[in-house]
This record gives sequence, structure tokens and C-alpha cells, in this order.
Amino acid sequence: MNLRELSHTEERLVEGHRLCAGCAEPIIARQVLMGTSKPVVVANATGCFEVSTSNYPFTSWNVPWIHTAFENAPATISGVEAAYNSLRRQNKISDEVKFVVFGGDGATYDIGFQSLSGAIERGHDFLYVCFNNEAYMNTGIQRSGATPKGASTTTCPSGTCTPGKKEFPKDLTRIIIAHDLPYAAQASPHNWKDLVEKSRKAFEIPGPKFINAISPCPRGWRHDGSQTIALSKLAVETCVWPLYEYENGEWRLTGESLRIAEGKKEKRPVMDWLNSQGRFKQLTKGKFSPVADEIQQNVDKKWESLLKLSKM
Amino acid sequence: MANEGSSSLPAGGMIIEAGSSKKYKTGEWRAQRPEVDKEKCTDCLTCWIYCPDNSIVVKDEKMVGFKYSHCKGCGICANQCPVKAITMKEEGVE
Amino acid sequence: MSEPMAINGDMAIAMAWKQIDPDVVAAYPITPQTIIVEAFSDFVANGEVNTEYVCAESEHSALTICVGASAAGARVATATASAGLAFMWEMLYVTASMRMPIIMAVANRTLSGPINIHCDHSDAMGGRDSGWLQMFGENVQEAYDNTIMAFRIAEDMRVRLPIMTCLDGFIITHALERLEMLDDKTVKDFIGPFKPVRPLLDVKVPTTFGPLAMPDYYYELKYQVQTSMEAALDVAKKTMDDFAKVSGRKYKLVEGYRIEDADYVMVAMGSTAGTMRYVVDQLRAQGRKVGALKVRLFRPFPAADVAKLLEGKKAVAVMDRAMSPGTGSPLYMDVLQSISRMKDPPRVSNYVYGLGGRDLIPGQLTEVFEEIMAGKGERINFMGVRK
Repeated sequence: MNLRELSHTEERLVEGHRLCAGCAEPIIARQVLMGTSKPVVVANATGCFEVSTSNYPFTSWNVPWIHTAFENAPATISGVEAAYNSLRRQNKISDEVKFVVFGGDGATYDIGFQSLSGAIERGHDFLYVCFNNEAYMNTGIQRSGATPKGASTTTCPSGTCTPGKKEFPKDLTRIIIAHDLPYAAQASPHNWKDLVEKSRKAFEIPGPKFINAISPCPRGWRHDGSQTIALSKLAVETCVWPLYEYENGEWRLTGESLRIAEGKKEKRPVMDWLNSQGRFKQLTKGKFSPVADEIQQNVDKKWESLLKLSKM
Repeated sequence: MANEGSSSLPAGGMIIEAGSSKKYKTGEWRAQRPEVDKEKCTDCLTCWIYCPDNSIVVKDEKMVGFKYSHCKGCGICANQCPVKAITMKEEGVE
Repeated sequence: MSEPMAINGDMAIAMAWKQIDPDVVAAYPITPQTIIVEAFSDFVANGEVNTEYVCAESEHSALTICVGASAAGARVATATASAGLAFMWEMLYVTASMRMPIIMAVANRTLSGPINIHCDHSDAMGGRDSGWLQMFGENVQEAYDNTIMAFRIAEDMRVRLPIMTCLDGFIITHALERLEMLDDKTVKDFIGPFKPVRPLLDVKVPTTFGPLAMPDYYYELKYQVQTSMEAALDVAKKTMDDFAKVSGRKYKLVEGYRIEDADYVMVAMGSTAGTMRYVVDQLRAQGRKVGALKVRLFRPFPAADVAKLLEGKKAVAVMDRAMSPGTGSPLYMDVLQSISRMKDPPRVSNYVYGLGGRDLIPGQLTEVFEEIMAGKGERINFMGVRK
């Protein structure tokens, strides 16, 4: 697979959307949607991506697309898929259609978690893609269950008494894997080859699939819009966001994470990550800098655990 | 300027013209604009895969320019071009 | 037409669904609706329906799954009650404004707290501003008939709004009564095939459903729900007339009983309507000029029909099986609105009753009539509460 071949795919998400300059979400979405040439129906949870691509009377969607509410995109697609099964069974339709859901970390980790868990347990055939920008960005950068420890958000701001979020984030990818679904993965938009391959694989596997993509946010993370791809790569290089997949009970590292585990690439210190974004600046020196050490220890602990699981 | 009456709008808020956001020129947001030196460009299409706004124009697998009607000037293309063929210039300045 | 059978309200609805064979049913169990979903599950397990049956993990998801399925082009039905309906509250508005014609049976049960599984109308009342049509049935036969008519009314192209068919929890849902079913072909012909509008699964016409609408468009899009509601009055009337032709059972949006020459009228919905007519007969036998008004269609509220029936009456008692603390109850307020332009309107009193399944005894209704006939009673009264 190379970019020249991919450049012939029809764009399912078009320009004119209202996402911020440098937002990772449309980059991720375009790559995911290159994973199948079959017709798709998209369900979208409330959030930046949804409001920015469907501002009446404009739509950035060239494919059937539905938004109903915030906490229920997986249930929405469950209904579309149930109708598909029913109408196919009754020979009322014959096209093969793929189902994909987009939601932010708010919709996926927190308010919509029940809906995702239920849809996976029921075994619906869909691919769920989480844009993880680590906070409720659309409503103004408030903390979510995905917000990293020490990060400053508007509901856990850094002040004189506390540096930011006190808790480590949920490891949602592993929680989803505990459902023992057919396929789950972590991905990053800088490694388009890895993301598109994962998407292709996911679309071909029947049943529920989950891809969690790190999604840098210039506004919320306080970085320049031009750095979005560079930062998504840094997340992987520091092992803050490892690239891996889970398929049929087996864990596999991929991309840069695989090379780091094989000793072919340097594992960069978390401080490089903390220094790159304004939301962590209170951890880089002064009284809150011990939190940076706690973060490094946590990243290392989770990396070791992942190495064990992938038998490296 | 919205002026359609309720009875003339499709039911339930559905938008029936796919991709109609192309009519909304986000290029007007721009504070800086990308420019490409085609002598340096290798048509690797890295800029194309990373553009959030479908604003890298590709014809026959070659990078032929930018869609200035919609480019928001984020600078990811310039930042990621492996041969530094793209530079960002201040918008509105000759 | 089949042999009459003894069956409870929940089962009657499941049987109606079986005959209609919706493409998708997604539901979550809650007392007293559970018999509907359990009975229907049996039909699915025995291959007696084509329905794709989804056991949702919550009511909010159940209604959402129904919306996704309806938008995809499927005919959809579901059922809930009480807290389940309350949990869906956000999605009630979304369903109506997205114009998804979903048919939902509501086994009227009160809202917590305290937690109570018995009948009152507070659950349905919570959805009265959402844009859903609401029909109330008096007994098992009406629960069945309303369900069949509901599909045709909701799916009509001039309406395309979701509809709640309400039946009193336990009183109708669990009580064995006489039911005459229509035969399968009559039901199928009466409802006809489902006609989707630009369904998601028609990938050749890619449509965006559920957009963001700013203040420059929201009002116009919401107003569509109002105009469709207005159209629903005629559609409902015509559907009931057509239903009479195939069933022999004549239904109206609101029905007067011995009302033409009555001076004093009682208004009620649901199973209470039967008790109401019984009390009217007793008082009429004593020469008292009383009558009853039963409301079958609650949303849209048939204001013109109600005003016509209450024209010239001296006093009206509106029986509400729901409370609006601090003001008049829902049915009372709707009756007041209907007669607000009348030149010489009757004196209307609100009687809240039966909350949390508190039993209604005919003698209590007799006392209500006595009170309004004597010109006594407050504007808002709470019948049967120990103060």
C-alpha cells in the first residue's frame, strides 16, 4: 500500500468543515475511511467532529451519516446494523454495507461508555473509532476520563495548590479488550500506513472492532497547529501512546512501538512529551515537577505490561 | 443568510445535498498560506495524507498545488514535507 | 375475524406486533411492560416473525437503536414504562424532531420516588411536549386496536412522528379481558408496507441525519413538528374511520357518553373511562343530568372536538392520573386551553387521583359529581389522599 494508490480513493469527508486549523480528527477520519471501498454508513457522537461536519445546511459528508445524541453513537449504529440484518434477511436490500462510528474520548470513555460496552457485548458488526484528544474539547477543554495525570484543563486547572488532573487516565483500550471482541488497536495519524492497515483489517473482520487514535488538539493541548502530526509521533516515541493491536486473544506491537520493543529505536523520555505542550508546562519545573516522575513511572509500568502481553 | 420557510426545508433537519460544505470557504480563515517549490517536491504525497482540509490537490498521483479556497493555513504540510518543499508565507502580503 | 380470547393487555400488544412483524424491535424490560418483550421474544425464538430483535442494555439505548433502525429504513416498535421512559427523555425529543415514526407501547407506571411499580400517567406526561403523538386505551381491546391504528397514523407521510400507545400499568397490562383480534391479512393490509424517506441504507442518496442547527434554522426545523402534529388530527380521525370499516369498532379522538343534554361532565383517560361511564349511568338513573368525556388522543390534543362537546355545560370535573405540583395537572390544563375562547365556559375543576396505583372506587367519582353539581370544590383537588 502506498500513498499514490491511496490518492485514487474517493473522499468521503470533504473540505469546508469547521474543525480548527491543524485538528487531527479529520486526518484520522480520512485515513480510517480509506480502509474500505465498500459503501459505509457513519454514526457520530456529539462533539467537535460532529458539529463541525454537519452545520445546517452544510454537510461535509459524501456518505450516509447520522448523529442522534452524545452518549449513544454505538446504540445508533446498532440500530442501523439491526435494520440492515433484518432487511437483508427479508431480501428487501442487497448491497453490502460497512458500519463505522466516530466519537471523542468524552463520548467513548465517559458518557457513552455503557452504549459502547452494550453494542460490543451484543456483537454488532461495526468499527468504532475513538478520537482521543484527552478532554471534552467541544465544550471548552474540560477534563475527561482520558485526561492524563498532571494535565491542565478548565475543570482541573493548574493552580497554586494543584497542578492539574490528579488521576491517571482510564486505559480504555484494555477495558474494551476485556470484552474479548474480535479486534482492537491503538493508532496514531502520523503513522498513516499503520492506521490504514488497521482500518482495512478491522473492516474485514465481522463483529465489533475498536480503534483508539491519539488526536492532538492545538487549542486544548496548547501547541501550534502545524505540530499535530509531529506530536502524534512523539506520543508513540515516548510510549505515552503505544501502537498495538489485539486480535483473537493475541497482542501485537506495531509501528514505532514494535521497533522500540525490539531495541531498534530509542524510547524517548516522557519529559520530551511534557515539554512539547502548554497543558503540561506546570510540571516541567517548580513544585509540581515530581508529578513528571510519577508520569514517567506510570508510562514505564504500562509499557512493561504491554511488552509482557505481546510476549516481547 | 437563512431565508427558507419551514415547509420548504426537508423533514427532520436532514441534509440532502451531500458534501455541501464545499460551498463554505474556510480559506478565508487563513493567516498564513503554503507555497510549494515543485523543483524540490518529489510527489511523495505526504502533504496530501496529512492535510485536515483536503486542500492538497493531487492529479494523476502528482502534487499539483493547494486548494486555497479551503486551506486554513495550519502548516502541517510544511512541517511534515520530508524535503522541505513547502514553506508558509504570511497571508495577504505579496 | 378470529374467536374472542381471554388475554392481558401486554400479551395483546405482543400479538399485535406479531401480526405486524416490524423489521426491528429494540427494548429493555421494565415492570409492567415485561410481558410484551418476553412474549415477543418467544415469537422470535420460534421463527414466527422476521423481526431483528435487539435486547438493549438500557432504555436510552433502546430508543436510540430504534431511531438508528428507523433512519436506516426499518419499521420499528418498542415498549417501556415509568423510569424507562424517563431515561429516554432526551431521545424522545430527538426521535420526534428527526421524524422517526416509531411505535412505542407505554405501560403507564408512576415515576419514582418513592419507587412504585403501579399505575398512574406521570410517565407519559413527561413526554407530552416532546413531539410524540399519545393515545390512551381503556381496556385490552383498545390496547390492541390502538397499536394497529398507531402504525398507520405515525407512518403516514403527512405525519411521520413517533407515537406512544398508553395502557394503564397492571390494570390493563396484567388483567385478563376479552379480545377480538383481526386476522393477519386484515392487519397487514390496513397498515401497508413501510415507506422510508431517504434511508441511510440507500447508499445512492447519501443523507446527513441529525445536524447541528444554529438559531437561524432551528426554529423552522422545530416548527415542522408542530405542523405535522396539526396534520395528525385529521390523519387520526380518518384512520379511526377506516378502522371501523374493517373491525366494526368505531373510535373517535374524544368520545362523549350521554353528554348531549348533560349539565355536568367528567373527563378522564385510560381505564378510568369505564368506571366513569358506570357512575354516569347510576346518577342518570336517579335523574341527574350528567355525562362523560373520554379522551383517546391526548397528543395532539383535539381542542376543537373537546370545546364542541363541552359547549353549554355548567361544570366539568377533569380527572388527572398525574400531578403537576404547583399548578393544574396536564389533562386539566389542556381542557382549559380548549375552552379558553368560549363565551360562557363551564366551571372547570381539576381532580388528581390514583397516583402510584391508589385504587379508584366508583363511589369516589360519585362524590366528585356531587361536589361539582353543588358548585363546591377547589380549582385543584386531590381525591383520596390522606392529608
